[in-house]
Amino acid sequence: MSAANSAQYGFSPMRRALRRLGRNPVALASAWLLAAFYLSAIAAGFLAPYHFDDERRDLSYHPPTALHVRDAAGAWHWPFVYTTSASFDRFYRRQFAVDTAKQYPLRFWVKGSHYRILGLVPSDRHLVGVDAPARIYLLGADARGRDLLSRILYGSQVSLSIGLAGVLITFSLGLLIGGLAGYLGGWVDDVIMRLCEMLMMVPGFYLLLALRAAFPPQLSSIAVYWLIVVILSFIGWAGLARVVRGMAASLREREFVTAAKVAGCTPVGIVWGHLIPNMASYTIIAATLSVPGYMLGETALSLLGLGIQDPHASWGNLLSEAMSIGQVQFHPWVLWPGAFISATVMAYNLLGDGLRDAFDPRLEAGRS
Amino acid sequence: MNTGAPQAALLEVRDLEITFFSDRGALTAVDGISFSIGAGETLGLVGESGCGKSVTGAALLKLLPRGAKAGGSICYAGSEVTQLSGQALQRFRGKEVGMVFQDPLSALNPVLSIGEQMVETLKAHEVVSSQSARLRAQEVLDAVGMPDPSRVLSAYPHELSGGMRQRALIAMAILLRPKLLIADEPTTALDVTVQAQIIELLQRLRAEQRLAMILISHDLGVVAQLADIVAVMYAGRFVETGDMRAVFKHPRHPYTAGLLRSIPSLTRGADLSQGIPGSVPDPLHLPLGCAFHPRCPRAIDQCPTVIPSLIAQGITRFACHNPEPGS
Repeated sequence: MSAANSAQYGFSPMRRALRRLGRNPVALASAWLLAAFYLSAIAAGFLAPYHFDDERRDLSYHPPTALHVRDAAGAWHWPFVYTTSASFDRFYRRQFAVDTAKQYPLRFWVKGSHYRILGLVPSDRHLVGVDAPARIYLLGADARGRDLLSRILYGSQVSLSIGLAGVLITFSLGLLIGGLAGYLGGWVDDVIMRLCEMLMMVPGFYLLLALRAAFPPQLSSIAVYWLIVVILSFIGWAGLARVVRGMAASLREREFVTAAKVAGCTPVGIVWGHLIPNMASYTIIAATLSVPGYMLGETALSLLGLGIQDPHASWGNLLSEAMSIGQVQFHPWVLWPGAFISATVMAYNLLGDGLRDAFDPRLEAGRS
Repeated sequence: MNTGAPQAALLEVRDLEITFFSDRGALTAVDGISFSIGAGETLGLVGESGCGKSVTGAALLKLLPRGAKAGGSICYAGSEVTQLSGQALQRFRGKEVGMVFQDPLSALNPVLSIGEQMVETLKAHEVVSSQSARLRAQEVLDAVGMPDPSRVLSAYPHELSGGMRQRALIAMAILLRPKLLIADEPTTALDVTVQAQIIELLQRLRAEQRLAMILISHDLGVVAQLADIVAVMYAGRFVETGDMRAVFKHPRHPYTAGLLRSIPSLTRGADLSQGIPGSVPDPLHLPLGCAFHPRCPRAIDQCPTVIPSLIAQGITRFACHNPEPGS
């Protein structure tokens, strides 16, 4: 702070907070986990051994494929798999018989189905694979014999991005509307706040269902995707606008807002240039903590069959296979999407917690 | 208080009246004050807290809070400020009149760098590239005596010392070369040495840029160093106004005299400074007659009944039934 030692200038409150965040191992680990999830969602086509709709009905509910390194004779090999064939036992339960006659080594950079990374870069290379007729089900298969890992990877594109898209729209709306309400005050404030209260009066999940019901049940997956984003944002902005309005109303009284007014700034300029930057720390924390809410909203809709439709995958509709106890009992691997959902939600919450500590060091000091 | 110069005044305020409407009733914070300032002139507005001096400053820029109403006329360079709105008002603020606030830490946006805040101000008024706006900002920072201006551009308010912050704030106020600067207690939040530097800076700017200034302060020392004319306010009215030297040398109103006596003085020897007994009246229940009479050592029968009006005598004017003897 002192000028005498020719201090380093240019450390905004934001940069200092990010520095503190860098010293928080839990938040950092969460950030890396999320980064890994998002990267693998982008590279889903490459990482997934198969296309999300590549089905083998004869291998329905194939358990996770075992990777062997020793053959029947006990000799060591590069990891390989065996082919399996399904049959029914006398209770008409599926049995998978392993055929140890031929080994199919695990191979990298294999040719497979076509895909486009980010919808742009075309390719047909996959990270791992085995030669036909063997199939590799690292996390097992679903009812139609589709690879669960591939479907989880493709599903993450929907489930991970829907939270971000929802938060982006909600926060743009909430910040602008709440900011203007708080800054302008008077009747504008009253009208906007009553509108928010009306939206918040209706329990969220019923509103979600009602809004979804207002649209035809059969829509293309892309249409449903954006529909869910819009519905979730429509529900979400009101709560945020109320908080932002409160903050804007208190910031409005600060002298630097008067100073900006004296300098001739317009109301929108003041909200955008002065109020919102001052709310950035809250906004970043709140946004991080509310992404899971949007993810879970999508999951809930898809779980009920109102969201993303088969054959397209999302973590929600993948998990809908785990809705009966029988499924979980006989094919416990259908719970995998749930594990990914939990991990992502937890990572977001821990990261949000870390951000809160980073932006408010006093809070951190108050804890043990 | 117009010194009688033939040139048109830059700012002319007539019968300014500011009323706040609250749950407890209407509160008249400023009750019919008039003054005018020419280019390059400095007016010192003096008074205790709550006498209406800051509200007057805010009214000049149409910055009164909701629920406050200003009456009378504020005429700036021939146009009526009270009628301004929209773009004309934005032009008037900043481009014509700048303002310096009391606490530079709260008047600077904590999350934007000094450069960003200055560039934003420039861009709000002129079509300039960011590059040349930064250069202009740097020049102005240099002009207000900021050490290392090019690096201060990227500094955040919390990284600067109090004096540097106030310099930055003054730089922002004069960035658009306004003709009038309203300084509301510009040195109150600073320590004494820095205070002296800022006063020096304001003196220099006034001389270099022919800047007219309204200096709002409770500190008579600051006013004595900067003001040409002074207006002493009490309970929303001017009680004495005129040439600064004349007023300070021979105060005619007992309140002015009391204020001057309350300054600790080295020359008066062991004598402790004398305060004015009592305190500022509740603006909702002003005493009848002269608002100062309950605290006035020279009050006479007339004082609790008749409100004295400003009368001119020599080069000062005062509102008192029983003034201190003149020179």
